[in-house]
Amino acid sequence: MSHHDNHVHSENHGSLKSYVIGFVLSIVLTIIPLVLVMNNVMSGGPLVITIMVMAVLQLFVQLFFFMHIREGEKPRYNVQALILGAVIVFTIVAGSMWIMTFNI
Amino acid sequence: MAQAMTHHEHGHAHDHDHGHEHHEQLKVLGFWIFVVTDCVLFGTLFATYAVLMHNYAGGPTAKELFELPGIIASTFILLTSSFTSGLAVLAMHKRNVKQMIGWLIVTALLGLAFVVLEVNEFAHLVGEGATISTSAFLSAFYVLVGTHGLHVTLGLFWMVALMIQLKRRGITPVTKRKVTNLSLYWHFLDVVWIFLFTVVYLMGVM
Repeated sequence: MSHHDNHVHSENHGSLKSYVIGFVLSIVLTIIPLVLVMNNVMSGGPLVITIMVMAVLQLFVQLFFFMHIREGEKPRYNVQALILGAVIVFTIVAGSMWIMTFNI
Repeated sequence: MAQAMTHHEHGHAHDHDHGHEHHEQLKVLGFWIFVVTDCVLFGTLFATYAVLMHNYAGGPTAKELFELPGIIASTFILLTSSFTSGLAVLAMHKRNVKQMIGWLIVTALLGLAFVVLEVNEFAHLVGEGATISTSAFLSAFYVLVGTHGLHVTLGLFWMVALMIQLKRRGITPVTKRKVTNLSLYWHFLDVVWIFLFTVVYLMGVM
């Protein structure tokens, strides 16, 4: 049992390859919105949505390639806590923005 | 209290080796939960900013104030430091203390550069008359970005303390867990910055 756990442990932290892939993806996902905003390729709503999607994608890149969220011991309480946090954050941010649209 | 716990566990080191490992694992989970609560803290500050971002009160607007070149530099500095803190963790699992402390030093220097750039930016803004009391937009801006900067600064002190501990004790289950938590914290701060960069700066200059 102990042996098996140790084995799982050593697989837990990714490899140099996964860090490099994560780093390159993060750079690409930073440069794309930057170019879009600086060159006025799009404007208004579509641009906001596109750069937010890039930010969320980069969040997932960091979670998977840097924070190794897939590789923890089961059950993954950290993932469950994170999902709860995401629900709370979404409720607070979207709820605040929505309700303040009535403040005219 | 924590000190007493460690002593106690050392006393039973032989028969409780696995229990000790497990205990450290539990502390990493505890740290994850802290990170989630910190996400909620930033979530409320983001919500405040999103609501107040156009309330300039006759003061300067985001478009007039923000200068992207410095922000782009900060972004890549923090992104690189997130990567190098990961390399420190890799070196830790290879049990290479020297390499590990080396990458932590690189990470800390990049973090310091980030904080210096941010302090300069704030000083520049205040010099232009855009203070925290100028408008609701600027109040929300300084609180949101400042809270992130404070987190990075705190992380720097933590990192230095941990490097001293690593030098003295080497790689033990306890220092291993501490470095794991620190790198989690550091990646998390980078994630928060991505959203700051997108929502505050990119949307600000649009």
